[in-house]
Amino acid sequence: MPSRELDRGAVTGAPHAAGTVAVRPDADPAPSSILAERASRFVSADDRSDSVIAAILANRPTATVVHAEVAEDVPHIVKIRGFSLHYGEKQALHDVSLDVPVGKVVALIGPSGCGKSTLIRCVNRLNDLIDSVRTSGVLTIGETSVLGPETDVIGLRKRVGMVFQKSNPFPKSIFENVVYGLRIAGEGRRSVLREVCERSLREAALWDEVKDRLDESALQLSGGQQQRLCIARAVATRPEVLLMDEPCSALDPVATAKVEELIGQLRGVYTVMIVTHNMQQAARVSDYTAFMYLGRLVEYGPTEAIFQNPRCRDTRDYVTGRFG
Amino acid sequence: MSPTESSITKSTGPAPSTRRRRRIDGGEPLVFLTGMGLAIGLTMITALLALILFKGLEAFWPKRVARIELTPAAAERVGRDVVVAHILGRQEIRGAAHAEGGAGVDEGDPGTELRLQVGNRDLNGMGFMYLPESAIERISHPRGILRLERMEYGPALVEPLELDIAGEPPLSLASEGGIDALERAIRAAAHRRAEIRAIERDQIGGLSRRIESLRMRRRGIEASATPDPAEVASIEARIAELERRYEGLAAESRALRDAQHADTLTYRIDSGREHRIPVGEIVSAERPNALGFFGRLRVFLGNMWSFVVDEPREANTEGGIFPALFGTFVMTLILSVAVTPFGVIAAIYLREYAKDGPTVRAVRIAINNLAGVPSIVFGVFGLGFFVYFVGGSIDTLFFRLSEGPVFGTGGILWASLTLALMTVPVVIVATEEALAAVSRGVREGSLACGASKWQTIQRIVLPAAAPGIITGMILAMARGAGEVAPLMITGVVKLAPTLPLDATFPFLHLDRKFMHLGFHIYDLGFQSPDSEAARPMVFATTLLLIALVVTMNLGAIVIRERLRRKYATGAF
Repeated sequence: MPSRELDRGAVTGAPHAAGTVAVRPDADPAPSSILAERASRFVSADDRSDSVIAAILANRPTATVVHAEVAEDVPHIVKIRGFSLHYGEKQALHDVSLDVPVGKVVALIGPSGCGKSTLIRCVNRLNDLIDSVRTSGVLTIGETSVLGPETDVIGLRKRVGMVFQKSNPFPKSIFENVVYGLRIAGEGRRSVLREVCERSLREAALWDEVKDRLDESALQLSGGQQQRLCIARAVATRPEVLLMDEPCSALDPVATAKVEELIGQLRGVYTVMIVTHNMQQAARVSDYTAFMYLGRLVEYGPTEAIFQNPRCRDTRDYVTGRFG
Repeated sequence: MSPTESSITKSTGPAPSTRRRRRIDGGEPLVFLTGMGLAIGLTMITALLALILFKGLEAFWPKRVARIELTPAAAERVGRDVVVAHILGRQEIRGAAHAEGGAGVDEGDPGTELRLQVGNRDLNGMGFMYLPESAIERISHPRGILRLERMEYGPALVEPLELDIAGEPPLSLASEGGIDALERAIRAAAHRRAEIRAIERDQIGGLSRRIESLRMRRRGIEASATPDPAEVASIEARIAELERRYEGLAAESRALRDAQHADTLTYRIDSGREHRIPVGEIVSAERPNALGFFGRLRVFLGNMWSFVVDEPREANTEGGIFPALFGTFVMTLILSVAVTPFGVIAAIYLREYAKDGPTVRAVRIAINNLAGVPSIVFGVFGLGFFVYFVGGSIDTLFFRLSEGPVFGTGGILWASLTLALMTVPVVIVATEEALAAVSRGVREGSLACGASKWQTIQRIVLPAAAPGIITGMILAMARGAGEVAPLMITGVVKLAPTLPLDATFPFLHLDRKFMHLGFHIYDLGFQSPDSEAARPMVFATTLLLIALVVTMNLGAIVIRERLRRKYATGAF
């Protein structure tokens, strides 16, 4: 987070608190909610100075607009509070706070490099692979703290499945791909593995296409099938949260439609966090949408509201295609 | 060059130096240079391979036998009228050749001379001679001349006279029927020879080893604090029983050996001397001048086959090279079995676990430099570490009662391990490359499924890197199989009585000394008492060594392609 010290020389006239309005229509904030606390600092949507860039240039802290519907949709399974992340000297995430309601699909949108992928890769701590990463803040799944050296990372990753931008089936048979998570957990009973394989492939809407060739190499499948196989692999261990990092960006429209339909079916069973570049996709598949920009969470609310009636200028500019 | 650019060039007309500069920047001279480098390299390799292939195969092709009549003056100097020989080549007469030639040439005699293989080393005292062309009256190629390949003294070029088979009347060899009878007798002798070998090497050898181990046990019991006389007696009895069987086998082999000498062949050589040898001494007989193309081809293939499967004779200059071929094969197998896990484990640590820093970089540089250490240095290290230290320790711990050193002397295990040490950098470098090439995507996919780092390496990374690892193994095998220097001091011998892998328990004898094709080439070419006779063998052996390395590499390549198909990267 940039310094909260005001650089008076750079800011002409307007102190950052000026023009702040509460946007919560019901004006009934949950007193304990940090989100509600932050909502009190919201700036006017009509004020040009509310743009993130203006705030950064003015060296002011940026504010997050959180719609009340999200805060009220309890329980929250993933809770992120005041989360910052540095790659070496460079700060990639600035004081992000975001709660994910259980069983819902949350889309993260924003221009390239805004930190969407970085954020969801923190939820299963895949960023640990990069040596120079430092994090601060709070990130919990259920009651478990995700950050911190004493966390059981392997146990955590069993609770949080992930689907990647580029499909990455293992060079093994379709069957072995799906049951990989169970195998490494030590499950060796053939009947259990078969059952899980069928259930997961059905959940991924792939069963009918591959049921006769489970022993063939997964690399023989088409791109869309490979991605759905990766989804089957991710849901095979029945994770609490499913992370999807631009799962359709390498797929053709037909395959994309299938995967989107699949995400719709997974809603309610799994909590899904999906990163996407495609705003139509976000509008189609998600219950809530978070708009991120320059490492900050700008606006977070019901998808319909974000696309139809955004409260921040940046969000509006982005969803109407004025930048990004 | 784009159209606009060329029009500019035309209109402005740049200075010649600019044009030259542009051509160099364009890279055409460099393309020519690189192409030339490749062409020179390819030409040299092709020429070398062609030479080895030609000379190596020529050694098996039956050569015609010439009957050379000498001029009266020369006949007087040489001491005979006729020389029967293979003509091997023609060369300028040189001083040194004179002195050695022994054909009695006048000093200062100009012109060329023929290099002849006259054979009959037992009777002539030499197998080769040089003869000035001026001494030749006439050359003919009579069909009747017989070439004998014998157990001793190399080939003989003779005029066959009489076959004397035990219990039958002597048979004149002027007729075709006589030659057939001779061939039958030679085949029977070869059969008996194989029987003798089976008895003496396998059965008697096995018995001796059992007797020796029983004696060792007896010594162990006698040396213990409370020797049990009953046990000693039972061992004595078993030794006596084995010795009785030994006597029986020895008698059997003696009888066969006598049979080998029962039939005899009488022949006359070019100097006119007549000689009689047992048929059991003859390995093969053919009439090279009487053979048509297919006859020659048959002899050629037969020669090649016996070269591959037979054992060497006559200080390695005659016979086959099977023990050397087999020794090289087994050594290369042990080498690759030893070097691959070692190199792969080291590479996994370096690539996957070690934090990149000055230490890791220093280790990498050291590994690469290891590949440049002279191989003889590895040999000396192997001798000091494996043979004397490790082998000596094994001997003191487990073979205290044995009479000679078992592992404390050079052997195939120590030679293979020395070569494994020498080639391990190759495997490490190749494996590191292969590991680095496994995409981040599948690694992250595996980790995201809840796999630990080791599970990811073991189940995802290593299988995907297997083709690259096998490439490293192929390179290590190719380098190790042709290496000679370190072997000479860690276990290779000129002539090994036994193979490192055979039918007697425990089948793979890691402590045995062995023969090796590379060393065989050195031995034939530079240590042989009769370098003329060994010359074709050197080429043939080289050809076989190259063929062996290529075959083993092809085997590994086939395995690699299988794996590659299995782990082929996906649709993207």
